[in-house]
Amino acid sequence: MTPVIRRLAACLLFCLSCAPAASAQERNTPIQLLLQEHGAQIKKSSRKSIGPAIDALAASGSEDARRVLERWQAKDMWFDKESGLFVFAQKADGGDLRLFDVAGAAEIGLAPKADFKQLKPNSGIRGMIAAALVQFQLNAPDPETRATALTAIERDAEPSHLTALRASLGKETEPALKTRKERLERLLTIRFAEDEAERIAAIKDFSGDLGVDLRAALTPLVATRLAVAPRTETLSPDVRIVTVGDTLARAQAYDLLVEKELAPPRTDPDSLRETLIANIEGHKIAGVRIATLNTDTARARAYESLAIQGLAQPLVTEEDVTEALQRFAFFEVFVGAPLPVARAAEVALQDIEAKLALSQTVDLALDGLSLASIYFLAAIGLAITFGVMGVINMAHGEFIMMGAYTGYVVQLFVPDYTLSILLAIPLAFAVTFGAGVAMERLVIRWLYHRPLETLLATFGVSIALQQLAKNIFGTQARPLTAPGWLDGSLVINDVIAISYIRIAIFVLALIFLAVFLFVMNRTRLGLEVRAVTQNPRMASSMGINPDRINMLTFGFGSGIAGIAGVAIGLYAKVTSEMGSDYIVQSFMTVVVGGVGNIWGTLLGATLVGTLQKGIEWLNPSNTLAAQTYMILFIILFIQFRPRGIIALKGRAAEA
Amino acid sequence: MTDVLTAHPRRRPFVARYPSAVVFLAILALFTLGVTILAEGFGIGVISTSFVKTLGKTLCLCLVALAMDLVWGYCGILSLGHMAFFGIGGYAIGMWLMYARTEIIVRESLAAAPLPPTPQEISDGIAGQIFGVVGASEFPPIWALAHSLPLQLLAVVLVPGLIALVFGWLAFRSRVTGVYLSILTQAMTLALSLYLFQNDSGLRGNNGLSGLQNLPGLSQVPQSTISIIFLWASALALGLGYLLCAWVVSGQFGSVIRAIRDDEARVRFLGYSVEAYKLFIFTFTAVIAGIAGALYYPQAGIINPAEIAPIASIYLAVWVAIGGRGKLYGAVIGAAFVSLLSTWFTGGQAPDINLGFYTIQWVDWWTILLGLSFVAVTLFAPRGIGGLIDLITERRHPDRHGADLGPDPGALQEKEADR
Repeated sequence: MTPVIRRLAACLLFCLSCAPAASAQERNTPIQLLLQEHGAQIKKSSRKSIGPAIDALAASGSEDARRVLERWQAKDMWFDKESGLFVFAQKADGGDLRLFDVAGAAEIGLAPKADFKQLKPNSGIRGMIAAALVQFQLNAPDPETRATALTAIERDAEPSHLTALRASLGKETEPALKTRKERLERLLTIRFAEDEAERIAAIKDFSGDLGVDLRAALTPLVATRLAVAPRTETLSPDVRIVTVGDTLARAQAYDLLVEKELAPPRTDPDSLRETLIANIEGHKIAGVRIATLNTDTARARAYESLAIQGLAQPLVTEEDVTEALQRFAFFEVFVGAPLPVARAAEVALQDIEAKLALSQTVDLALDGLSLASIYFLAAIGLAITFGVMGVINMAHGEFIMMGAYTGYVVQLFVPDYTLSILLAIPLAFAVTFGAGVAMERLVIRWLYHRPLETLLATFGVSIALQQLAKNIFGTQARPLTAPGWLDGSLVINDVIAISYIRIAIFVLALIFLAVFLFVMNRTRLGLEVRAVTQNPRMASSMGINPDRINMLTFGFGSGIAGIAGVAIGLYAKVTSEMGSDYIVQSFMTVVVGGVGNIWGTLLGATLVGTLQKGIEWLNPSNTLAAQTYMILFIILFIQFRPRGIIALKGRAAEA
Repeated sequence: MTDVLTAHPRRRPFVARYPSAVVFLAILALFTLGVTILAEGFGIGVISTSFVKTLGKTLCLCLVALAMDLVWGYCGILSLGHMAFFGIGGYAIGMWLMYARTEIIVRESLAAAPLPPTPQEISDGIAGQIFGVVGASEFPPIWALAHSLPLQLLAVVLVPGLIALVFGWLAFRSRVTGVYLSILTQAMTLALSLYLFQNDSGLRGNNGLSGLQNLPGLSQVPQSTISIIFLWASALALGLGYLLCAWVVSGQFGSVIRAIRDDEARVRFLGYSVEAYKLFIFTFTAVIAGIAGALYYPQAGIINPAEIAPIASIYLAVWVAIGGRGKLYGAVIGAAFVSLLSTWFTGGQAPDINLGFYTIQWVDWWTILLGLSFVAVTLFAPRGIGGLIDLITERRHPDRHGADLGPDPGALQEKEADR
């Protein structure tokens, strides 16, 4: 074979292998032309020069352009080394590439990999592509895609998004999405717009808004940098002067001076010690015996003599620091935005803060109210047994626990949460009513005139019941799941939100109050209870059986504790110790409110609940401290009103 | 009235007025000697060191039970806060123990440094060691005296005393009595333990103080010897405490406080300052509780806020009630009996009872038994175990009207009885 023929054969082979790919590839599709126009920059793949190419693709707005950007970002775009045409390609078996047309993504066929070169955009370019893609997503026909794109922008906005967003505003058809887009556009205007007046206008547009997103947009604008200048210099009136020691810590201020090389570094004890150690000569440092260097003054003296010998930096004492700080003025400069914008943002933020404080107060009050209703629930049973009957029941907390465990057991058998709660409430009442009656019959009845001993005996019952629950249910917390319709919370604005469970507990507390008032004031039982507690002998001469009434009243109080247990179990976890967590607070509630008066208990619960939340708000990291101070407050409160907020007077008080 | 008091026949000697003190001291002395001889540290080694510690701790519990008996059994104030005073005493001594021992360790480690340490470096080192667990490295203000044993010993007495004085003054001044006072003392205890549970309370929060069994400077003395020393110290404190309490309750003072228990209003109308008497008893017993705690916790080795929780004070009341309140020996018997029994049951040494369908494991069921027996004692045997001694000695009670309500025959009318 001659060389000519061999060359011809090679040529033929090459043509055979390339022919289908090359012929099927349309050179004149709009997208290919567009790519070719910017071909040089795309192939160069440099972040600095790529901008116009991406912009052109984005501006075309076609489906093909979107696909090109996506594939390019995914490193699926290649170009023919010879013709410079762009294709999508995937690696196929045997080192070949499976090619697709950039227009329409139809498959072209296989081609050897060696003839093509992959475009490998770096992360910077990929980011730019992603920003360009946003525009396509914002205009996507599927509303969900648009919503996702909006969420993505909300989470991580970039200046380029602003133009895309503005472009897509007019085309939006969904009203909900349109509102979102408009709000986002305003926010992005605040953050990224070129024109200061536009930004300020956008900030003013938001007045009265408390949104977290707005605060997030405004906060970076008012960012400041601490700067320093000699006192002799006149400062621009735009800066804010900071006084050292007042809003700026001494150490921080001096560190800034050191950083700016306006003052020598402070000699801290560590570096002083290091320097001394480095200069040990035998048993002496700078002529001072080491053994004597066990005070700070001795060390400073030794260091100073080292400094005089030139072996150490001069010692910078506290006086030097004070002197240096006096020579300089410290001030803050806005760095987040141009001055007018920053000023406007600052005013807006202050406005938000004020409104926020108001909302927070409301939120706090709601929190306090919901805690108060929990305390009220826990205490209302006691208001009956302790307040009306005068019986101290230290096992009251354990009745609450029994109610909660009843709810838990019911949920084990009835999987539907709504039904199980509806079943659990009467069942919890029945169980604890039974337990209460049993305890009254077996223990309390014998001790009616010995309150201290009642207290002790019920303590015994409380200890035993708690351990019994531990033996049966174990020590770990058991869940009592609320039905689905109690999930979530009622959101009033970005600050004020209250969960439905808390609202339910509040409503339950009101129902309990109504039931209590009805039973005590409107029923035969209530009349007899009041009669027996005021004067048992007289009551029994009137044909009332005091034993029976005492038993029923105690059972009623215990039963209410059981229902309270179900409610508290929904809100907190069910453990064997949950009762003892509430018992002291419950007694406090009753005592603070005034024994023997349900309105007093209500007031007591409100006082204790809001007070605890208030103290928690002052020191939010520490709920334990809040409880401590709350109890101390109550102890003091009882000093001044030993009979509680509402003290019974007259005959009722002696009963 | 002064005529009546001065015309009282010549007072009989203390021993005649309080014969049980002599018997008690003799038994205590025999017990201490016996344990010493049988212990590992000195004698023939029948009793292990850990059990000697348990016995020593029990003596401290007896001492705090004495205090509880004085304030509740004799004066009628059911305080649910005396274990808090006990804990405060423990914390006070624990602070010195921990400081001094850490100081030795820090000084040793700094001795190797090229420069002799400054006081500030030593203090920083100790603070870092002690407060590292709660993420702090500086001494909180309440540790200002921790470096000095005498000052901290003073704190053992003064801190519980002052707290009791202020709290008692507030409570008694506004005439809070009976169950209200009990609940108030319980609230105080709860507040204290919640406070100590915080990490920034300055007392290592939940971690408490630990390593208290290692006495600073006595690291070469074996624990077996130290346990005997503490046993003797506890026995001495219990003996002295018993004598002191017996002396307080046997004289005219004792009569007044018993009268306060039985009918507070009447004593007030007789011209006594009821509040002052109550305040004295409350503070005095708080101090005794603090001292007992200071002896207890070096033997226990660790103290944490859970020890101060309200339930501990309730158990204290349980011991005294089971032992028999209104009698000093009753309190001692109750505390020793119940706490040792409790150790036995919860230590897993008690044999399980197999009922065929269920095995009763005493570790789980002991608390239930205790709770129920407490109910039973309150209902059926208000005089407790000490009441048995009355039966044996056939001591006659004065014939009085009305139902026998209280712990001893004098306590016919608790104040609330006529409610």
